[in-house]
Amino acid sequence: MVRPGEYDLQTGEGLIACPRCDALHVEEELTYGETARCVRCGGILARPQSGAFTQIIALAITTMVLMFGAIFFPFLEISRLGMGHGTSLFGVAMAFSEGVIAPLTVALLGVIVALPALRAALLVYTLWPLARRRPPYRHAVRAFRLTEQLKPWSMAEIFIIGTAIAMVKVGGLATINFGPAFWAFCALIFVNLANRSFMCSTTIWDAIEDGGAATDGREQVEPA
Amino acid sequence: MSADPAAMPPPHTANDDAPTGGGRSSALLTAHRAGLLGCRSCGRVWPEDAMECARCQAPLTPPDRRGLQAVWAWLIAGMIFYIPANLMPMMTTQSLGGLGGGGDATIIGGVLQLANHGDWFIAIVVFAASVMVPIGKFVAIIWLALVAGKPATEADAHNRLHIYEIVEFIGRWSMIDVFVVAILSALVQLGFVVSIKPGPAAASFALSVAFTMLSAQSFDPRLIWRGLPLHRRKE
Repeated sequence: MVRPGEYDLQTGEGLIACPRCDALHVEEELTYGETARCVRCGGILARPQSGAFTQIIALAITTMVLMFGAIFFPFLEISRLGMGHGTSLFGVAMAFSEGVIAPLTVALLGVIVALPALRAALLVYTLWPLARRRPPYRHAVRAFRLTEQLKPWSMAEIFIIGTAIAMVKVGGLATINFGPAFWAFCALIFVNLANRSFMCSTTIWDAIEDGGAATDGREQVEPA
Repeated sequence: MSADPAAMPPPHTANDDAPTGGGRSSALLTAHRAGLLGCRSCGRVWPEDAMECARCQAPLTPPDRRGLQAVWAWLIAGMIFYIPANLMPMMTTQSLGGLGGGGDATIIGGVLQLANHGDWFIAIVVFAASVMVPIGKFVAIIWLALVAGKPATEADAHNRLHIYEIVEFIGRWSMIDVFVVAILSALVQLGFVVSIKPGPAAASFALSVAFTMLSAQSFDPRLIWRGLPLHRRKE
């Protein structure tokens, strides 16, 4: 246990190091709405927000619902000269299923559908007990670390921009009908943006720790 | 929410009275200099011989130029795959059963086609996403890896960190081109009239983007700051 303001330069207790520039700072518990910036590189170290966990859970569940819809509803449809062709998200991924590039199908399904959905599920798993002030579940540490690692690889919002470009390319060629899955993906972008403004991994690590998991004896305690 | 913290001084204050610092308020101590090891995932500080962060279970790595080997390895892999991505066709168009023309289009070929049709805006977007951004990323990572850990001024370091953040942010967006090919090939299947098939370049382009992302992720931004003097004048 570490009391606020105490630190030990031999073991590193009570200190935090900026992940971007390695500058040492004395750890302090922040109140909601405060932002801690690194004194050296100016990067944000922590930015806790009140009610953030509940918001993130809500947004993660929204992501899962939208993803579910996006998989099963039609995505896009074109028609020209009386001929039409529709496709679902699976259809898009299956475009690569022939020949040597077949593994790309799996990769595509992964980055567009599986990873965003998995990240949402892991976030709910991590934060559900924390938002209700209960001790975290057993694998919360591993779950949240995986969420952080998968972050750059979930590309749902990039996919929708790709769709927009493809539509402009096809635009002159044929008439396009947007299916519900397309709108679900558009909504996902906004959910994603909202999520980003609430996410603060330092705060979540602190909360996991304060909740009692993976304790390394270094969580801050209130002054007695 | 945003106005308050701006007015407030940073709640995490610099480690003023650090034993090695000596002076008042201008001294900065890094974890490396203090013989400690900071966790890059959650920020917790550990003794130098620790292997794994006990809070978040991330492996701990010292800010060492040896870590750049991984950066170079991924980068070279990414650059190698970028070559076939440009030489092979990205997609094959067939219209009117092959009679109406069409054919293979490489990345550059596709851009030229768009420009010929007068779709300048889209041509520029595609050119930026699949030519300028990947090449810019290669150059930026090479430069960052070369200058990392070399002496620099504070302004240099801020610039480099900024460039690193841009490279890290923009990396994923290069995937757009692969998605466009996938969507077009899945959608434009009008039998005899027109159909589009993906080409092998799509796969090697995707691999190139993925390897470059891994390269940027293995770069340790703390190296940018290692060559800096720890004392600085008060602003």
